[in-house]
Amino acid sequence: MDDASTPLLEIADLHVRIGEREILSGVDLTIAEGETHVLLGPNGGGKTTLLNTILGMPGYEISQGTIAFRGQDLAALSIDERARLGIGVAFQRPPAVRGIKLRQMMRVAAGADFDDAELSAIAEEVDVAEMLDRDVNLGFSGGEAKRAEMAQLLAQQPALAMFDEPESGVDLDNIAVVGAAMHRLLRGERANAARRAGLIITHTGHILQYVTADVGHVLYEGRLACRGNPLDLIADISSQGYERCVECAACNR
Amino acid sequence: MQQMTNAFTAEQRTRLEEIQRLAEAAAEKPAALGPDVDLSAFRTVPEHDRVASIESIQRQIRETALMSGFTSDESQRSASYFQLDRTPIYERVMEAFGGQVEVMSTEDALGRYPEEMLSKWWWRAVPADKDKYTALVALHQTEGYFIRVKAGAKVEKPIQACLFVSESDVTQNVHNVIVVEDGAEASVITGCNVHTSVREGLHAGISEFFVGKGATLTFSMIHNWAEQFSVRPRTAIVVDDDGTYVNNYVLLKPVKSIQSFPIARLEGARSRAVFNTIVYGLKDSIIDLGSETQLIGEGSRSEAIARTVSKDRSTVYSRGRLVARTDSAKAHLDCRGIVQSHESTQWAIPDLASEGAPGAELSHEAAISPIAAEEVFYLMSRGMPKDEATSMITRGFVNIEIPGLPEPLRRTIDTAIEETSKESM
Repeated sequence: MDDASTPLLEIADLHVRIGEREILSGVDLTIAEGETHVLLGPNGGGKTTLLNTILGMPGYEISQGTIAFRGQDLAALSIDERARLGIGVAFQRPPAVRGIKLRQMMRVAAGADFDDAELSAIAEEVDVAEMLDRDVNLGFSGGEAKRAEMAQLLAQQPALAMFDEPESGVDLDNIAVVGAAMHRLLRGERANAARRAGLIITHTGHILQYVTADVGHVLYEGRLACRGNPLDLIADISSQGYERCVECAACNR
Repeated sequence: MQQMTNAFTAEQRTRLEEIQRLAEAAAEKPAALGPDVDLSAFRTVPEHDRVASIESIQRQIRETALMSGFTSDESQRSASYFQLDRTPIYERVMEAFGGQVEVMSTEDALGRYPEEMLSKWWWRAVPADKDKYTALVALHQTEGYFIRVKAGAKVEKPIQACLFVSESDVTQNVHNVIVVEDGAEASVITGCNVHTSVREGLHAGISEFFVGKGATLTFSMIHNWAEQFSVRPRTAIVVDDDGTYVNNYVLLKPVKSIQSFPIARLEGARSRAVFNTIVYGLKDSIIDLGSETQLIGEGSRSEAIARTVSKDRSTVYSRGRLVARTDSAKAHLDCRGIVQSHESTQWAIPDLASEGAPGAELSHEAAISPIAAEEVFYLMSRGMPKDEATSMITRGFVNIEIPGLPEPLRRTIDTAIEETSKESM
């Protein structure tokens, strides 16, 4: 099923409701193994909804369309089953869990065969050694929370890594640490690791100074309105705004 | 007691008679809290022979005691006391701690130190006429331990004590005294256990602890009772200047009913009390636990943390009372509960009072709520199935960090929580 012709992630005509309200109205998105995509778009445009729907979070009702991962329909799979298939996420605002340490979360994410040396190496890579024995996300600063999310993703090594606004609420030093780790993960520049596919939600595009992305999309009013070079799209959006951007000829594909 | 009284002075005999009178007057007095226990249903626990070593104690008893942190590996402990039913069958202070720690039964202590015992400790913190359970112990006492840590001694290894009940339909009525003299530090692990064959019974225990100036006592207790067993401890702690009392209490097994409400009197300036409580309410258990801290000395501080999980048909009361009598007192309560069954009930009852202390700062956080779904989803998003995620979060919820908890006890508690959460899934 996962031969070269089958995309890693294939979303077709996806309509998603939250309660009575339709948030996504026909999204088509294909991500091949090892490709990094960027999702741009205004607040409330449905970016996080798309990500949560891929994850299988409850409350996101698919009224039409499909999501397939390596050819397998995800509809009937729970959050943890999708994670074990190879879908990983760094949340924008992860919840604090009292009594569960970051170290334990990394072990959960890694599954079997994860030794102390690997854990320490990751902790050093994203500077979370001091946080390993703290309750995960409890009282973490913005930067600490992002680094902790990154540490869990590095432990998980998912085939598809999704990032929800990795630069929000974080100072430049932390963006650099997180961004560099994202780049190494996605580009296969870590020891014994192949390239991973990525889906990055970003508002400002700052993170793209650190991560090389292949394709950019603008999610606007529930649809992917534009596709193009991520940096070009960001330049257009910053000079013209989303509304003008999605009206331009290049977007009317 | 009767045969010993000849050894006492007239004044001491008067005091003993006073205790007896108070107790007799309270013999029918119901407790303020908890279901009433019919004392006539029980006889007194039997006597046993003494043993030469912990190894000579029957294996099943030793293994049960181990669940409360009482180990036969005495190299891990500074001193041990083992009471089987009414008989102190073993007590020993390890050589390295000779001169620092004294361990004996309270009857022995009364015989050896009648003056100190009667004037300072014996029924000085807990009133003999508090209720029918204190009266029961005062009138029909079945030993209990006396532990004294000498002034200035820093005892790194824990002292362990086990009070074991081996038969059904009995009452064990123990009276315990711990004295930590000025500048001393010690950790006491106490396990109260019943034999696996025991069904009904009552444990009534008086505990009077005295923490001297600049001294620290960490008292940790893991309880393993039986489904038809009733437990009525009566505990009071008096803390002197700069003294610290830490109370760790863990109950992870079913019990018929337990009602306990230790009172810490922070009499000394800058004295501190910390209560950490972990409770699983299982089956038909009625669990009524809490603590009262009286902040009397200038600058006294206190903190009480309780985590309660209730299942099945259990009822859990989690009480906490802070009473400030000095302007500079500060104290906080934090009790959180999770109810996991439609047939289970939990009460969180924080209770704060400032008695003429306008400057005192007392606060509480009390919450009863389920595990947040977003926390479960978070663990699931890392690949953990829902049931395992829920169980792991529950374990994390109850497994509060207890600073100063002896490491072996930490492991015992971790294991016990692990097992309880597995069994109750």
